[in-house]
Amino acid sequence: MSEKGWKELEIGGRITEAGNAAKYKTGDWRTFLPDVDREKCINCLQCYLYCPDMAIEAKADGTLGKIDLDYCKGCGICSNICPVKCIEMKKEEK
Amino acid sequence: MTKNFIKPLTGASAVSEAMRQIDPDVVAAYPITPQTEIVMKFSQFVNDGKVNTEFVPVESEHSAMSACVGASAAGARAMTATASAGLALMWEILYVAASNRLPIVMPVVNRALSAPINIHCDHSDTMGARDSGWIQIYCESAQEAYDNVIAAVRIAEHEKILLPVMVCQDGFITSHAMERVDILEDEKVKKFAGELKLPFPLLDTDNPVTYGPLDLFDYYFEHKRQQSEAISHVFEVTDSIYKEFEKISGRKYNRVETYKIKDAETAIVALNSTIGTAKDVVDALREKGEKVGLLFPRMFRPFPAEEIAEKLSGLSAVAVLDRSETFSGTGGPMLADIKSALYEKESRPTILKYIYGLGGREINPAQIEQVFSDLKEVKKGKKVEQVVYLGVRE
Ligand code: SF4
Ligand code: SF4
Repeated sequence: MSEKGWKELEIGGRITEAGNAAKYKTGDWRTFLPDVDREKCINCLQCYLYCPDMAIEAKADGTLGKIDLDYCKGCGICSNICPVKCIEMKKEEK
Repeated sequence: MTKNFIKPLTGASAVSEAMRQIDPDVVAAYPITPQTEIVMKFSQFVNDGKVNTEFVPVESEHSAMSACVGASAAGARAMTATASAGLALMWEILYVAASNRLPIVMPVVNRALSAPINIHCDHSDTMGARDSGWIQIYCESAQEAYDNVIAAVRIAEHEKILLPVMVCQDGFITSHAMERVDILEDEKVKKFAGELKLPFPLLDTDNPVTYGPLDLFDYYFEHKRQQSEAISHVFEVTDSIYKEFEKISGRKYNRVETYKIKDAETAIVALNSTIGTAKDVVDALREKGEKVGLLFPRMFRPFPAEEIAEKLSGLSAVAVLDRSETFSGTGGPMLADIKSALYEKESRPTILKYIYGLGGREINPAQIEQVFSDLKEVKKGKKVEQVVYLGVRE
């Protein structure tokens, strides 16, 4: 284990570095994986707005980009919110 | 500049005076009998401009403690006060305050817990909170409550500690009885309390910090270990702060108080106002030549086990008087700690177990005398195994 010992950590679990949530990879929590049918997608970007882990990319041209699997925890919120139901949650084979 | 002055005050008002002098940045409180007078008097000070405190009249004790947690994390000196069901309603946030290492000071007026509903004194409220990570200080009189609220601010805020402190006094018996209280000069208290400088205040927006994040199996344990470490420094810090307090007040406090215990053969262990009653009985018995004494664990969390064991191990019999029940079937909470403190000692006194005074049931000198006479019998060889419910009707 490379994590710090109790003598080195800030007390009370304080995080004194701003914006370091990116270091915490939530992708390994996943059981289901979002699978986007790009043909059906209307690029509304609702999934991008709703993803709690900011795992979905919105491209500069306003279309749907990649899903970052380091952070996608497989919650299925994107699939649920998608107005055209083009995101299917599939069991991930590991 | 104001001078020291002597004033007839109730235990509750004495605490309000201490709070006025400390002038905390934030007080968030909800009234509950018998704590009400503390907050009532203090809110009058706020209204009259006698303090600079931001007073938050919250809708419950859960909110009172939550507001204190927020204020303290922001870098403010935060206080509240409560009793009984109020403390019980704070439960979840008591742990949040201690675990976030926030030095909140909270006077508690000890009162029984429901049901049946009862507004009078016993210690089941704070005894239940004894493992919440708060430091607990117990007080015999209004004077002690006043003094210890002031000292508690410094103990809580010490850089090695950074933990919240409860300062407990007996409901009605102390909180509503008028006593002679020596009030220090405002300036002296102000200087003693000093400026609060917490590490990483939330209001320091140039150095943003997160309080209370998710802390799972990978770090939570380390943060608990840090709390135990802070607790291990409480005795040395308290000793030095009590010494400093003695310099400004002339009043000496110890983590473990004793009365005529030096050459005693038997002793009673109790908390708060019962110690006052018992002192009279000890004096009377001493006049008759009986070698009796008292021990009062002023600090109950952390528990000064070693010092207590040192002081009790030479005695032949000791009675532990608990003003709350654990329902463990083995007696009160203090009994368990005293017994385990003595376990390592080669010579141990016989221990008698008493539960008394629940829901404000009176404890009088005759009952204390009865306990000393029970101890005498035990010294002569009588065996008493069971818990004795002192003052209950059979
Ligand atoms: S499954 Fe959840 S975490 Fe993954 S992309 Fe969809 S909304 Fe984001
Ligand atoms: S919510 Fe559905 S339709 Fe909208 S961008 Fe995401 S995948 Fe495409």
